[in-house]
Amino acid sequence: MLRRGPPPGPLDYSRRWWLRAWLALTFVFLYAPIAILVLFSFNDSRRNIVWQGFTLDYYVKAANNVSLLEAFSNSLVIAALSTVISVVLGGLLALALYRFRFPGRPAVEAANQLPIVVPEICMGVALLVFFAEVGWPRGLPWPLSLSNIVAGHVAFSFPFVAVVVRARLAGFDRAQEEASRDLGASEWQTFRRVTLPYMRPGLIAGGLLAMTLSLDDFVITFFTSGPDTLTFPVKVYSMVRFGATPEVNAASTVLIAITIALTVVAMRLQAPPKAGG
Amino acid sequence: MQSWREQPAAFFVFILPATLWLLAFFLIPLALIWVISFGERVGPVDIAFTWTSANYLDALDPLYLKLFWRSLWIAAVATAVVLVVAFPVAFAIAFAPPRAKPLLLLLVVLPFWTNMLIRTYAMLAVLRGNGYLNWTLEGLWEATRLLLTPIGLGWLTGERFVPLELLYNNTAVVFGIVYVYLPFMVLPLYASLERLDRSLLEASLDLGASQLRTFLAVVVPMARPGIVSGLMLVFIPAIGTFLISDLLGGPDSQLLGNIIERQFKAANNWPLGAAMSFLLLYVAFALLLVRAWLGARGLRDA
Amino acid sequence: MAPPPIVRIEHVTKRFGDYPAVEDVSLDIAANELFALLGPSGCGKTTLLRMLAGFERPSAGRILIGGADMTTVPPNRRPVNMVFQSYAVFPHMTVADNVAYGLRVDGTPAGEIAPRVDAALEMVRLGGYRARMPEQLSGGQRQRVALARALVKRPKVLLLDEPLSALDRKLREDMQLELVRLQHEVGITFVMVTHDQEEALSMANRVAVMDAGRVLQIADPRTLYENPTHRFVADFIGTMNTFDVEVSGVEGDRVRVRHPLLGELEVARAAPHVTGGVLIIRPEKLRLDFSTPPVAGERMLDAVIEQVAYYGDLSFVFIRLDDGTRLQVSRYNINRVDQGDPPPGRRCRVGIHPEDLLLVDDGG
Repeated sequence: MLRRGPPPGPLDYSRRWWLRAWLALTFVFLYAPIAILVLFSFNDSRRNIVWQGFTLDYYVKAANNVSLLEAFSNSLVIAALSTVISVVLGGLLALALYRFRFPGRPAVEAANQLPIVVPEICMGVALLVFFAEVGWPRGLPWPLSLSNIVAGHVAFSFPFVAVVVRARLAGFDRAQEEASRDLGASEWQTFRRVTLPYMRPGLIAGGLLAMTLSLDDFVITFFTSGPDTLTFPVKVYSMVRFGATPEVNAASTVLIAITIALTVVAMRLQAPPKAGG
Repeated sequence: MQSWREQPAAFFVFILPATLWLLAFFLIPLALIWVISFGERVGPVDIAFTWTSANYLDALDPLYLKLFWRSLWIAAVATAVVLVVAFPVAFAIAFAPPRAKPLLLLLVVLPFWTNMLIRTYAMLAVLRGNGYLNWTLEGLWEATRLLLTPIGLGWLTGERFVPLELLYNNTAVVFGIVYVYLPFMVLPLYASLERLDRSLLEASLDLGASQLRTFLAVVVPMARPGIVSGLMLVFIPAIGTFLISDLLGGPDSQLLGNIIERQFKAANNWPLGAAMSFLLLYVAFALLLVRAWLGARGLRDA
Repeated sequence: MAPPPIVRIEHVTKRFGDYPAVEDVSLDIAANELFALLGPSGCGKTTLLRMLAGFERPSAGRILIGGADMTTVPPNRRPVNMVFQSYAVFPHMTVADNVAYGLRVDGTPAGEIAPRVDAALEMVRLGGYRARMPEQLSGGQRQRVALARALVKRPKVLLLDEPLSALDRKLREDMQLELVRLQHEVGITFVMVTHDQEEALSMANRVAVMDAGRVLQIADPRTLYENPTHRFVADFIGTMNTFDVEVSGVEGDRVRVRHPLLGELEVARAAPHVTGGVLIIRPEKLRLDFSTPPVAGERMLDAVIEQVAYYGDLSFVFIRLDDGTRLQVSRYNINRVDQGDPPPGRRCRVGIHPEDLLLVDDGG
C-alpha cells in the first residue's frame, strides 16, 4: 500500500515510514529463516546453500525413515492427548475459580500459575527424576508408552488453558445463568445450554494453545522421553547434532504445515457464526 | 461468586482433577529434586538423603559461578535487544488500522506455532560460516567490489571476502534467544499499548510536548505493565535455556541450562544438578517478587 | 371481600453477613397490579425482587405467590419470570431460540412452541427478528427479547429489574408507555424495581418507597406525592421546602404548629403516627408575588430573589426569607410572551396557603 492522500496526522503512527520499515524488517527477521528452511527442503542439493532445482527427494527419504516417521506420529498423538486432557482440566479449574469462594483459594491460584513461570528445564529435570524414582512402568504398549510425556505436557499446558478460559468467563454475565434458571432450566440444563456454549470459544482457544505448547515443546519431551520412546523433537535433535540434512528440513516443513493447518481449522471453528443463520 | 459449601459436589468435580494432576506431575517432582539437592551420591544411581549443603557449595564453585554469571549476562543482553526490537513493532501494531491488526498479530505469533527446535535449527542454517547470512554478505561484497573497482577504490573492499564467524559464540546465542522469544515481548507490549487511551497522547501534544517527549513521558510509563511482563516472559526462559546455547553456542557459551542437563543426562550427578536447578528457580522467583513489588509500587504511584 | 393477593411478603428479612439488606418487610401485591419498588441504590429493592424470583433466600419471613409458600422453592420451579437489568439475552442463540428456551426446558411439545414464540414476538413487535442474533439488535430490541422470553411462559408475576435504566431518554419514554400497554394486554402482575421516581409515578398503580432495607410508604402515585408520610419520601419524590416547627397540639388528622415567621397555624399531618416532625410544601404550591394583595387565608412572607434556573416549561426561582431560610418556587412559563424571570436581588413576597402545608415524619 503506497501512501496516498493527506499527510499523516499526529497520531497516525502507522503511516510513518520508519515505523513501517521497522515492522517489515522484523517480519523479515522472523520469517526469513523459516522460509529458507522450507524452501531448501525442496532443493536438489545436499550442500543446500545455492538453489539447484526442485526435488521431493528429501520428503521421500524422510517418509522412508521409519524412526523419523514413528517419532513424528508419536509427537502428534502426544499433542492430541495432551490437548484433550488439558482442555478438560483447565476448563474445570477455570469454572471452579470463576464460581467458588473457598479456603486456600489464593494458594490454589498461585500453585496453578507455577508451571507458567518455572523455567522449563527445572520442570524437565524434576519430571525426569520423578519418573525414575516412582518407577513409572517401562515398556508399556503404545500409546501408554507415551504416558509420561503426556503427563508432563498436560502439567504445563492446562494452566494456560485455565487462564484463557477464565479470561473468557470474566466477561460472562451471570444473569444469563439466572435467566436460564428463572425460565425453568435445572442446574445441569443451564450449564449445558448456557454456560458451556459461552465457554466454547475459550475452550477452543485454550485447546489450540495447549496443542501448540505441546508441539512446540522440546525441553520437557527431551527430559521425559525414555530411551525406547521416539519423539519428533528428540529425533530431530539427534539428527541436527550429527549435521543438518535436507531430510530434517523436509520433516520440519511437514510439522510446520500441520501446525498451520490446525491453526486455520481452529480459527474457523472459533469464528462467530454468520449472521441470519 | 458463591461459597463452595453451597454446591460441594460440583466444587470438587471442578477443582480436584487439575489439583491432583498438578500435585502428581509438578509439585511432587519439584519437591523431589528439592530433597535430592540436599542428598549425596553414593553410587552410580544411588542417592543418600543426608541434608548436606555440599551440592549448593559445589554449585557456587567459581567455575560454575562464572557460568551462572554468563547465563544472566547473555539473558540480560538478549532481553534488552528483544525489548528494543519489539517496542516499535508493538507500537506500530497498536496504532495500525483496525482491519490490519489481526493479520499483523497473527504474523507475530505464527513463528511461535513452530517448534522451538525447528526455529533454532533454522537459525543455525542462517548463521553458519557457509550459511545464508554470509552468503548474502559475500554477494554484497562482490557487488561493492564491482562498483568500486572501476573508480579505483577496489582496495577498500580488501583482497578476499572473509566469512564472518557468526556461529558458535555468545553473539549467536543472543541472536537465537532474540529470534525465539521475540513474540513473547511483542504480545504483552501490544496489550498494554492497545489499552492506552489515545486522548492521553493528544492531551500531551496539546499541552505542548513534542512527539519524543510524549513518547517518553506518556507512552512508556503507561506501557510499563506490558514492559515488565515482557521482560519476565523473555528473561526467565532465557536464563534457563540450553537448546539454543547447545546448538548455536561455542565451547565458551555453555550456560547454566547446559550444565544442569549434563548432570542429569551424561554426568549423572543428580544432587548437583538438582541444587543448580533450584538456584535457577530461586532467581526466577526473585524476579517475580521484584515484579510483584514493582506492580504494587505502580499501584501506589497511580 | 377483596380478592386474595397474588404476592404476599410476610416479615421478610435478608442479611448478607451482618449487613441487613432487607428488614422486616411485609406487603401484598394484588392481581393485575403494576407495582413498583422505588428507592435509592442499596435500599434493598433489588434484593427483595431477587427473593421473589428465588435467587436469594430470606433470612426470615415468608413469601407466598398465588397463595403457595415459595420461600424455599428454587427459581426454576416458581411461577414468576424476570426481565434482568442487563437483559441477559443468551448471546449464542437466535431471538426465536431465546424466546423458546423456557418452553423447551419445560418440555413443551414442539408443535406448541413455534406459535407461542411467534405470538410473543408479535406482542413485543419483533415479528421480523426471529432469526437475528442478539449482537445484531439494539439495546431496546434486546430488552423486547427479554420481555418476550419471560412473557411467553405466562408467569403469574413478571419481575422487572430496572427495566429502563440502560435505555436512552427518548427510548425510555416510549418503553414506559409500551410496558404499561403490555401489562394491560397480557393481564399479568408486574413488579418493577426502579430508582427513577418519574418512572415509578408515571407507570405504577402502587409504589413502595424503600430506604435502608425498610419500606417507608406504600401508596398510589398521587398520595405519595401529595401526602408523603416521611421526609425521605417527600424528598425522594420531587422536591420540597421545609420549615422547622414546634407542635403545640394534635387533633384528629390536624395539628397546631408554631413558626417564627408564619406564626400560629393549623395544618394537616401525613399519618396518624406523625406527632412531630417537619413542615413541608412543594415548590409549585408557593406563589411569588410582587404587588397583588394576598388571596384569602394566605400567609405572606418577605423575601429576596437569589437565583433563577430556566427550564423552558418552567423556571425554578430560589428565594431567601428574612430569617435566612431558602425556598424553591416553581413557576410555569404559561405565556409565550411573558414577564420574564425576576432578576436576582429583587425583593418580593411569597404566598403560602396553610392547606398546602403538611407535617411529616422527620425520620428517614
